[in-house]
Formats: sequence, structure tokens, C-alpha cells
Amino acid sequence: MPDYNWPEPSKRTLMGKRISRLDGPDKVSGKAKYTYDIKRPGMLYGKVVRSPYAHAKIVSIDTAAAEKMPGVAAVKVIQGPGTEIQWAGDEIVAVAASEECLAEDAARAVKVEYEKLPHLVREEDLSKAGDRLKPAAEQVTPEFDKAMAAAEVVVEGTYSLPVIAHCCLESHGQITEWEGEDKLHVFPSTQAVSALAQQFAEPLKIPATNVSVKMDHMGGGFGSKFQADRWGIEGARLSKLAGGKPVKIMLERDAELMVAGTRPSTFAKVKIGAKKDGTVTAWESTSWGTGGLGGAGMPPFPYVWEIPNKRMNHTVVSTNTGAARAWRAPNHPQACFVTMSALEDLAAALKIDPLDLFLKNVPLLGPRKDLYKEELLKAAELIEWKKKWHPRGDTTPGNIKRGLGLALHTWGGRPHDSDCRLTINPDSSVSVEMGSQDLGTGTRTVIAIVAADTLGLPLDAIKVNIGDNKYPRSGSSGGSTTVGGVSSSTRRAAVDALDALFKQVATALNADPANLEAVGGKIQVKGDPSKSVAWKQACAKLGVNPISVIGKQPDPDKGKLADSGVAGVQMAEVSVDIETGVVKIEKMVAVQDVGYIVALKTAESQTFGALIQGVSYALYEERINDQFTGKTLNPNMEFYKLAGIGDIGNLVVHMMTGPAQDERGVIGLGEPPVVSPGAAISNAVANAVGVRVPSLPLTPDRVLAALEKKGGLT
Amino acid sequence: MAKSRDPESKPEKGLSRRDFLSRGAGVALTTPIVAGVGVAKPQSPASNVKILGPAKVPVALRINGTTQNVSVEPRVTLLDALRNYLDFTGAKKVCDRATCGACTVIMGGKPVYSCSVLALEAQGKDITTVEGLATNDKLAAIQAAFVEHDAQQCGFCTPGFVVACKAFLDKNPSPTMAQVEKGLGGNLCRCGTYVGVRQAVLAAAKTKGGQRNA
Repeated sequence: MPDYNWPEPSKRTLMGKRISRLDGPDKVSGKAKYTYDIKRPGMLYGKVVRSPYAHAKIVSIDTAAAEKMPGVAAVKVIQGPGTEIQWAGDEIVAVAASEECLAEDAARAVKVEYEKLPHLVREEDLSKAGDRLKPAAEQVTPEFDKAMAAAEVVVEGTYSLPVIAHCCLESHGQITEWEGEDKLHVFPSTQAVSALAQQFAEPLKIPATNVSVKMDHMGGGFGSKFQADRWGIEGARLSKLAGGKPVKIMLERDAELMVAGTRPSTFAKVKIGAKKDGTVTAWESTSWGTGGLGGAGMPPFPYVWEIPNKRMNHTVVSTNTGAARAWRAPNHPQACFVTMSALEDLAAALKIDPLDLFLKNVPLLGPRKDLYKEELLKAAELIEWKKKWHPRGDTTPGNIKRGLGLALHTWGGRPHDSDCRLTINPDSSVSVEMGSQDLGTGTRTVIAIVAADTLGLPLDAIKVNIGDNKYPRSGSSGGSTTVGGVSSSTRRAAVDALDALFKQVATALNADPANLEAVGGKIQVKGDPSKSVAWKQACAKLGVNPISVIGKQPDPDKGKLADSGVAGVQMAEVSVDIETGVVKIEKMVAVQDVGYIVALKTAESQTFGALIQGVSYALYEERINDQFTGKTLNPNMEFYKLAGIGDIGNLVVHMMTGPAQDERGVIGLGEPPVVSPGAAISNAVANAVGVRVPSLPLTPDRVLAALEKKGGLT
Repeated sequence: MAKSRDPESKPEKGLSRRDFLSRGAGVALTTPIVAGVGVAKPQSPASNVKILGPAKVPVALRINGTTQNVSVEPRVTLLDALRNYLDFTGAKKVCDRATCGACTVIMGGKPVYSCSVLALEAQGKDITTVEGLATNDKLAAIQAAFVEHDAQQCGFCTPGFVVACKAFLDKNPSPTMAQVEKGLGGNLCRCGTYVGVRQAVLAAAKTKGGQRNA
């Protein structure tokens, strides 16, 4: 039985190295074709008429004028008269026309009459939420009351994060095109190439095998692109009405921000009980939040720390707003921000350095507590914590106050199921085929690295084919499950294919196949380069029959290659202008454990990216709804603000590597590093200005309001 | 209007906000360049103003050194002309209102947001898109630096960023980090690739910067 385990560090040629992403040159030159860039012959442009009201009943729809507009090929009512609409931006009618501007004209010519109904679009004040509240069952440990009463110190605080959007730069959408009566081609922007066919097939009443799904590149998903979506299904129907012609529907920016996914809000009142030495003994939280009509469940309070005594109450608030979707590390950033803020407030009340308080409570950090301790110390070293930290409130003169903050996080990141077909051809070429997708995380690059390293070949010897559901099935890219899935299936396929090739060349080398290895473009007797055959000659021995094998994840008989469960620590240094309330990031440090790292460069990039997204939601992002009109006030990119290149400060990423990581195997990275930034930055601001700014984003008005409440600019 | 879009132009000294706003509005009302559905027709066009549209008009665009002829309605933007009527899909449509920079092209030597330039307005000017930066498939220095420093993830903002960086470096061949951060503030990325972008720009300018752990 061949050895499937990851090779020893000394035997790795590509794995774990910093290698530039394979599709980099295509992306920098504009050659990479995204879904939004695809133009099919005879393609029509689809536009969607959306509800201007947050809650309304459709009274009538008149599409007569639209149907007669120049270039219009099809008009389709999505939700007819009598339907109750539950959020602004919901889809009412779709039109398709030969040119984009003509489709816009036709959409504007559709007349929809509504009966407005009462709405709720803001959730911060529960007393105004009426009957839109659903309290969840209380969670309480048996000794809670006793423990809280016995606490030597009790600290209370209120913390909140608003609803934010995914704001994918490539908006949601797809091209749908019929071949004959019952074959559908879909070109989506998706995180779920292998899973999408079924979602189209069911409502359209065609077999899933008749749905082809193709995507080379996509412009960001962050958890919001797993579904066929109503605009996908209706796009297919519109295409059918237009005689099967391809119809492209990509959401406008306002729709993208209103209906294509959000991260739920969280508001929480927290009470922490502790001993005077900082040992945390009890947690109580009363929280609420919304993610649209379905509300939002309770984040995992208290986060990471296994506080022995706790009581949690949570209320789900249903609002008339576009629905939440998984947003990187669902529920973790909220839980982290609330928990780490409350702990930092406890440290401030006890006049203890929060790093010391965190270290004091390391025993509460569960199975990875030693790793957390190591990371806390590493991060402290990288940000010079002991040199720079001061008690809450920077007392240096002047209006610029500096501060340090910290937070820690976890995530699962188990491998998803994945089938990989690896083919070694007699002409010596190697291809890998998999119904996976590259979200910009580096999936293509990971697959190529694993295959090339295993086969002893250079990276460019591997042709990676992904993004098509005709290839073997691989999981959707969500929950940090992709890298573990695809690296495991690729490794197993490559090892098995190589084993088959060894059998073909063993006779020529007068060796036992089990005693061969693939190194530097050659097959050789282990440790004896003098007995070798070049890769090309080895493949020539295949005659006319390529070696084609399927590697699988899971496959417990073929090595343990992936795992679940990571630890990360982040620290932030900020400066705050107490006259303007403007917060500036000076430096951030991310120390991240993620098991065995296959592709170091793209892993680091993803961690940098998570820090930057974290800066963005900590300082700028908030979807603002107006209760009077029910409208979203900032469904655009000038007022739904993202961090820019000048907003991020000096970022340092330190990936944990070594035997302890290697032995666990590959674990996903998409979620974990985006969890801590909000908490770390908020804690740094509190440390700088001497008071907790209780809500994210930390906008100047909120900073000034907190300073005013504290009693002035000191 | 063109003048007020220029970030370097400032209202003259002494102009009150009210004056400025009313002048701005006056300009908008007296120069209707678009006539289409939902757009008010001019009340009494001056006899010397040429009215184009709403029907399609021929437009000649000099893109990456080659003249391309298209027929588009006057309201069609340069970005839509590039993407929908020609096959230059490197420039991306993201915000569609001059905020994010994903549609950046170089026009007449300056970086512009092509979502906010009409195709008509772009005639007679040299337009460079991201497709025009490489020579014979050899990446330009800034493109190679983007690859080397992994200044991209999903890559949707990347073409606009690359073009903006090219224009920035043409004007600032040896920039400081502060200049990079200010000069490229007009391009937004969602994945968070700015660390790589900063490194790439400084590397392409043959200066050093940025850090990854050893």
C-alpha cells in the first residue's frame, strides 16, 4: 500500500512554499473571464423590477408597455398580484432585451401598483419591535446564580454590531441558456459548481443531468453564493420565453447590497463575574439581532472561553430586510466582538493588562489552550505589547491617543467531500479534473501544488481543470472546507496514479514498484538516482492507455490528510484623534494556526485579506435602513464604505508552521482570520481613548459620543 | 460638468455654497447630451447645439492603438461600449458610479472611471485598457509585480487596480508609501489585497517595502 501521508518537510518541493497563484497572469492582464464577462451568441440582457417597499402587497402589474419596447424579447412576472412582499428590493418582474440599456428601459416601463403594509427595518430598539420578537429558550448552567453572586467583581457592558453586506465586487448573477427543450446551460458566479445543477433542475422540472454548470473565475462570494437564486431560476424561465436564447442577469449594485446577502446584527448586554485576580467565573448575556425576516440566532456566547457558569437569553428579531446569508465565519465575528470586548472591559475594571488576563484564563481555552498561549506570546512579541501597552486611556498630551487591543478566535474547517480525477497521459501530460471552484482563495494553485509535488514534477506540468460540473463532484466552497477536501482527493489520486506508473516502469528499472520514487521529473529507485527513467520515457511505456484514477475525500483507508479546528490570535494598534473621532489603524498582527499549509503564499494573502475585511467592518461598514420609508439608505459604494488602501496600516501575518501543524493535516483558512479584527480594534480604541465605544463600526460620531458620555476629552 | 468632475478643480474663492450649487445645476440643465426614455427633452435647444440620439450613432474609439468602430446610443458609457459592444472585458462594472475604480482605463494619459465617461466623449483620445499593457504576451512590470506579490485574490478589482497603478507610476516613478496610499485611494478591493498592491507598486517602482513573516 503506497504512503498517502503528506511528505516530510525535507521531501517537499512545492508544498508549504511561497508560490504565486497559477491564474495570476490571466487576472492581471484582463484575460481571466469572469461570469460577468461572458458574452454568448445572441445573448440578451436581463433586468429585474424590484419592490421599492419593505412590506407591501402587489395590487396589479402592467407589463404591456414593456413588452412593446424596442429590443424586448421576453417579460416574466416573478411575483404576481396578491403576493405579499417582505423586503425592499424583492424581485417582481424580469425583462430581457437585446441590449442592456433597452432592458433597463423596459424594466422602467413596467407598472406595478402596491398596497403598502406596516414594516420594521430597524432592530436596535426592542421596544419598537412590537410582535416581531421571538425569544429563544434560556440556556443556563445549574450553578450560575451562585457563581455570579460569589463573584468578587462583576462588570457589565452593552455591545453591538450592525447588519453588514457581503458586497461582492462581481455581483450575483448568471447566464442561462437552453439547448433544445430540456437542456440548460448555466454560467453562474458561484461557490457551488457541483451543487448548482440540482437547484436549477428541481424548479425547472428537468433532470439534473441535463444542467451544465461552468465557471472559470468569480469575483468574490464570502459565503453569499451557494444558491441558484430566484434571479437564476427566473433567468432560465426568461430565457425559455425568449426561445432559449442566453439571458445574462447580473445584479445592479443596489440590489447586490439589498438582497444578495448580509451578516446578521448582534446587540448584547453582558455581565461577567470574576475573581480579583482576573479568573473569569461567570457569564450572563441578553442578546438580540436580525438577519431579515428569519431573524438571527444567538452567536456562540461566550466565545471560545469555556466559562464554567453561564446564563444566555436571546431574542430573534424579524425585520423586513433582505435575508442574511453565510458571511465568512457565520456568527463568530459577532460572538468574538462581544466576548472579547467584555473581557477587555473586565481587565480595565480590574486594572489588569488584558494580555495578562487572557493568559490567566488560558485554562478555559479548551483543547487548543497551549496553542493559544503560544500564539498570544508570539503576537505580543510582534506588536511589542509589553513595551507599548498602557492602562486604559492614553495619558500622553495632544489629541492623538494610541492604544493596543487583542482578541482570539477559532473555526472548524473540516474537509468537504471531493472526488478528483487525475490522468497521466502517454505523452507525459498530467491533468486534474474536479467540479470545484476557485473563489480567489488559490484552489487551482493548491491542486497543482499537491499534484506536482507528489508526482515529482514542476508546477506547470499539471493542467488543472475545475469549474465545470462535468468533472467529478467536489464540495461547495464554504466554511473553510475546500482546501482540506481538494488537497486530500488530489493527493490520493496522485499517489495512486504514480503507483500505477511505478508498476509500468518497475521491470525496466529492475526494481520493486514499492521501492520507486518520483523526484525531479524522474522515476528512480529510492535514494539511487543512477537507476532512473525520465518522466517522459516512463509515460511512454503506457502505450495507448493513460492512467486515470479517482482520488476521494473522505477515504479513511488512505491516510489522514486533513483535520478540523484551528486557533488564532490577533492584536491591533490604533491611534484615535479625540478631536475628530477618526480611528486610524497603525498596525495589526495576525498569528494563525491552520494545520499543515499547502500553499503558503496564498494562505498569507487570505489572512492579510481577512485583516483588511476586518478593518473594513470594524471602522466603516454598516447597512443603514430608514424606518420611516423602509428603504436602505446606502445601497451603493460611496456610502456603504469599504476600507481603502490607505486605511489598513502596517499588517503582519505570522502563520504557525511546524510538526504540530503538519501532524494534524490540512485545515481551511477562509473563515478564521476574519473573526478577530473587530474585537481587537475595538479593544485598542478603548485602550486609547479610555472608554468603550460600544458599537461597530467605530465611526467618528460613535467615538465622540462615547467620549462625551465619559465626560470629555481627557 | 466635466470640470466639476476633475478632482483637482476647486470652486473659485469667494463662491458661496449656494452659488456653487445653483451654477452646477444650471450647467446640468443647459447641456443635455442624452435624450432617451425618462430624460426630459430640452425646452429650446440653441440652434448651434447638435442633438445626438436617442438612436444609435457611430462611435470610433482608439483602444490600445487600434481604432474600433461601434454603433451605440449616445447614453452608452465607455465601460459598456468596451464590455458589451466590443470584447474588452478587463475593465469591470462594479459600483457603476465612479466610486470603486474597477472600470479604470487610461484616457488621454489620465486614469478615468470608464463607467462615468460616455463612449461619445472618449472619441479622439487614446484609450489604454488592461488588455493593452502587456507587449507580445510579456507582462508589464506592474503586472508581473502584481503576480509576484500576490496582489490579487478573486481578481475582480485587479484589472482596474493594475491600470490605476500604471497611470500612477507613470506620474510618480519613485513613490513613497504615503503617496501610494493616497494616489491609489480611488480603487477598492473586497478580498483585501492592498498589502500585495502596495508591495507590487513599490517593487515595480524599484523601491522596497512590505513584509511577510519568515
